[in-house]
Amino acid sequence: MWKKYYRSATLTVFASVFIAAPPVFADEFTDADLKKWQAEFQSVVAEGEKLFHSHLGSNAVGCDQCHPNGSDTHPETYPKFQKQLSKVATLRDMINWCIENPAEGEPLALDDPKMIAIEAYLTWERRGEKLDPGKH
Amino acid sequence: MTEKSNRRKFLKQVGTLAGVSLVPMSLVEIVWGKESSEKFTFAYISDSHLTQIKGTQFTTNFDDGLKRAVTEVNFMSPKPDFVVYGGDLAQLGKREEIDHGLEVMSGLRGVDVKWVIGEHDYYLDLGDYWQQKVSKLNYSFDHKGVHFVVLCSILTYDEWMDKWPSAEVRMGQMARLDNPQGSPFMVKDPQIEWLKKDLEKIDNSTPVVVLSHSPLYKIFKPWNFWTEDAEKVQAELQRFDKVTVLHGHVHQLLYNQIGNISFYAMMSTAWPWPYPTTYTQQQSAVPKLTVPMNRADPFAARDGTGWGFIDLDSGRANHHYGLWENPSRAVVFKGSQPEDSQFQDPAKQIPPQKHY
Repeated sequence: MWKKYYRSATLTVFASVFIAAPPVFADEFTDADLKKWQAEFQSVVAEGEKLFHSHLGSNAVGCDQCHPNGSDTHPETYPKFQKQLSKVATLRDMINWCIENPAEGEPLALDDPKMIAIEAYLTWERRGEKLDPGKH
Repeated sequence: MTEKSNRRKFLKQVGTLAGVSLVPMSLVEIVWGKESSEKFTFAYISDSHLTQIKGTQFTTNFDDGLKRAVTEVNFMSPKPDFVVYGGDLAQLGKREEIDHGLEVMSGLRGVDVKWVIGEHDYYLDLGDYWQQKVSKLNYSFDHKGVHFVVLCSILTYDEWMDKWPSAEVRMGQMARLDNPQGSPFMVKDPQIEWLKKDLEKIDNSTPVVVLSHSPLYKIFKPWNFWTEDAEKVQAELQRFDKVTVLHGHVHQLLYNQIGNISFYAMMSTAWPWPYPTTYTQQQSAVPKLTVPMNRADPFAARDGTGWGFIDLDSGRANHHYGLWENPSRAVVFKGSQPEDSQFQDPAKQIPPQKHY
């Protein structure tokens, strides 16, 4: 009798997992997922836009003063040889360079959420431009 | 007087200074002799954006630009008849910033300043302190056969003016160049009426030079490289044989020709703006005529800023852009429009002018 009960229970579990419930695959997502993820990204872009138009250093100078709409930052060209640094640099290196020099501030950690937000804003404002790594 | 001979005299005077070949001047030379063949020069300084951090502390980089320009104008030989200031002396229109700017500008020796107001000087108190301490907002004067008109071209719609909770917020909104909540610059009808009356007595053959902060044409609305009612102003200027508009605001080498009007941007002493074409999400109308200045090197704090040098040979302008940290550029009036004397031919342009 117990055996019978177990068999029945196993079948029920099997049915609920493989038949009654829809199959779940790791790489499938819905339109709702896409909207949610895009919204997450845009919220980080918006945070980056806010930071970019604030004073990240000590001298009341904002990034947008030289780079309205993030222009003339060329995120699509990084990493590239930055002649003034004598090395191949990333966009984040240059963001920190600007914070430290024209804005006279302290550099951000490369994985600081603020750094990622600024990078997201700059790349978003340059969307559609083809990747051109290394271009000066 | 040629740029070369002027520079030679200048270099001789300041030969003891280090880095003398990089020293900029902003000299505008008028060689116009309709009635008196008298030639004269005037200098300009523009867009210094002096920024108060707190108390008596100001952003050093921007102070340095204005101080350098003032020093160099003092070295001009011959001495300019006057100096034009092209607007945006302050960053947020504060009395402290305007006072600080006046203090630095008071270093100019023995020359009058003709002031043009910029939006950064205006939107905190709507030009009140400026008019008390600095200048009228719009006026005209005649100088050695040339009629000069100064316009306040940075007004805007009343509805926009009234929508902000405080003067500080309004100033902050207008101070952000790429502000989606911004509002276009305007001269507005009462001032255009004033201009019309001012020009009534001026003969068509008299060279006219208009000084404004914003460009009196339309380049890129999202950054206010734009004057909403520019066409109305241009219409008032069309009957003159020779008209030159000198404007600030754009912080870059820029020139254009619309009908009889030649437009030249003044350089900023503070920082360079990128050309609107570098922002690829929106269409702009940067004049095709303009061969861009070299892309600025952020590692050289004064790069992309500097001075200009114009002569109005036969009433048309030839503009010699003296650029800090860069070789000077000459934009000369040829036939019917300004052209770069060296780089107008695309085959002669160099990579730094294209790598934006």
